[in-house]
Amino acid sequence: MSAQSPLLSLKDVSKGFFGLQVITDVSFDIAAGARMALIGPNGAGKTTIFNLISGVYTPDKGQINFAGQEISLVPSRKRIGLGLARSFQNIRLMPHLSVVENIMLGQQSQAGGLLSMATPLMGRSRWRREAEDLLARMNLETYPGEVVATLPYGIRKKIEVVRALASNPKLLMLDEPAAGLNPNETASLRDFLMGISEAGTTILIVEHDMGLVRSLCDQAIVLNFGRKIYDGLTRDVQEDPLVLEAYLGSRHAQENAHA
Amino acid sequence: MSGYWAGILSILAINIIFAYGIFIPVASGQLNLGGAGFQAVGAYSAGWLSASFGLPVSVTIAFGVIVTGVIGVLIAFPILRTKGVYLVLATFAFAEVIAGAILSSEPLGGAMGISVPGYIDWYVSVIFAGLVTVFVFYLMATRFGLTIRAIHDDEDVSDLMGVSVRNVKVAAFGIGAALTGLSGGLYAHSFSYIEIQGFNALVSIYVLLYVLLGGTQTAWGPLVGATFFTLLPEALRSVLPATKNFLVTLFGETGIVAPPDESWRFVILGALTVLMMVFRPEGLVTRTMVERLQFWRPANRGVTQ
Repeated sequence: MSAQSPLLSLKDVSKGFFGLQVITDVSFDIAAGARMALIGPNGAGKTTIFNLISGVYTPDKGQINFAGQEISLVPSRKRIGLGLARSFQNIRLMPHLSVVENIMLGQQSQAGGLLSMATPLMGRSRWRREAEDLLARMNLETYPGEVVATLPYGIRKKIEVVRALASNPKLLMLDEPAAGLNPNETASLRDFLMGISEAGTTILIVEHDMGLVRSLCDQAIVLNFGRKIYDGLTRDVQEDPLVLEAYLGSRHAQENAHA
Repeated sequence: MSGYWAGILSILAINIIFAYGIFIPVASGQLNLGGAGFQAVGAYSAGWLSASFGLPVSVTIAFGVIVTGVIGVLIAFPILRTKGVYLVLATFAFAEVIAGAILSSEPLGGAMGISVPGYIDWYVSVIFAGLVTVFVFYLMATRFGLTIRAIHDDEDVSDLMGVSVRNVKVAAFGIGAALTGLSGGLYAHSFSYIEIQGFNALVSIYVLLYVLLGGTQTAWGPLVGATFFTLLPEALRSVLPATKNFLVTLFGETGIVAPPDESWRFVILGALTVLMMVFRPEGLVTRTMVERLQFWRPANRGVTQ
């Protein structure tokens, strides 16, 4: 893989469900080290794109390349080992596991094969120590032994990001990480993600909070009705006529253009 | 030790192993309502080998464990394609098939049952119960234990985390079946006689109740559940007649409703079961409860400060 080739690239990817076309001929590249936002109105197909990249769905058409390998047919379970990790729009931590156990689950792809299944994870085990270190590095002032279901929303949201990070990913995909967070929590999430990015991880986020998108991401892709309508710098996105039309309707776009 | 207590301890130990055999698949989210079928396979494998060839008990019980484990793994592949209530029905149907096959099999004694030579004392089962308990606690503390609990909570996300969901479920089912087979082998040699009527649907239901009411989140659950529900009917067996005598001497047996006698113990057991499902739907022992009980430990205290 040459230095110029993108970390992730979608080529003419389409996906439909029972005759309903959800994604139509979407292509984009994400360079290694980028902080990319994937935005668009509700129902535009953002989460479907995530599910296609992480392997929950298989594309009807098109190619998905990751780190120099075509991955459309790689089973979803193997993709995290290639360096693709994600979080979910609705928190999907394991509610009956403790915080540190959720993180240790995130290490699964790192832990190795059959033999690793028989290694105990108690006390001073290497994996537990690494998981606790990771939590400490991310300033999660919470109890590693606490069962997840009992924790506040903002903390769980962060823990889900840390669980994805535990797999040591090349690309971290976050589906609405700031949804439901207050401004303070969002600011702290931004710093947190900036730190992850500076450590070399490529980030792709779906987010409705434009403040977060502008302050975190340098580039953005906008989807509307399953098609890509914008691909460029984040700072220009709100002046793009197609984007304005998608969000505000055509009359507003015209007024804005005339103004 | 009296024969009564030896019998109680044997059955308690066997029930604990049996409950652990059901617990491991249940902890990964797979309800197994075919427990009696697996136990019958273990009991009949050991009993048949012992009766036909006179092999030592250690060999026959090991044979029972292996046969049941292998059958468990083989039927796990088709059975685990079903989910939820269909999985429950599939395991239930499996037990019925086993019962039917044994009932119509001449070498296995059919409806007559078989006498099993090679009697084992109560403490053999108790030692095995101890070993199995330690084994399951260890298993639950490994990465395998982590993955089965993760699958219980969310199969799809476990898959995305890199867990081979199917392999882990099959392994859980197979290990559970092997333990159930062990309980069957111990049963056959402890009670020297087995008949297929002893492995009926009620047995499958009871052992699942031990596990569900004991709690499926930690390895404590089946231990507490099996102990409680094995000993409770025995305790009621002596308490109820005593209560009846006491009430009769106090008031005389004059009312329309006679004071409870021994036959009431299953009524009380049933009522308790319903009450527990209402008030502790996640079982007697839950994860949070075990965490709380461990809070005296210095390691945890440091974290909470």
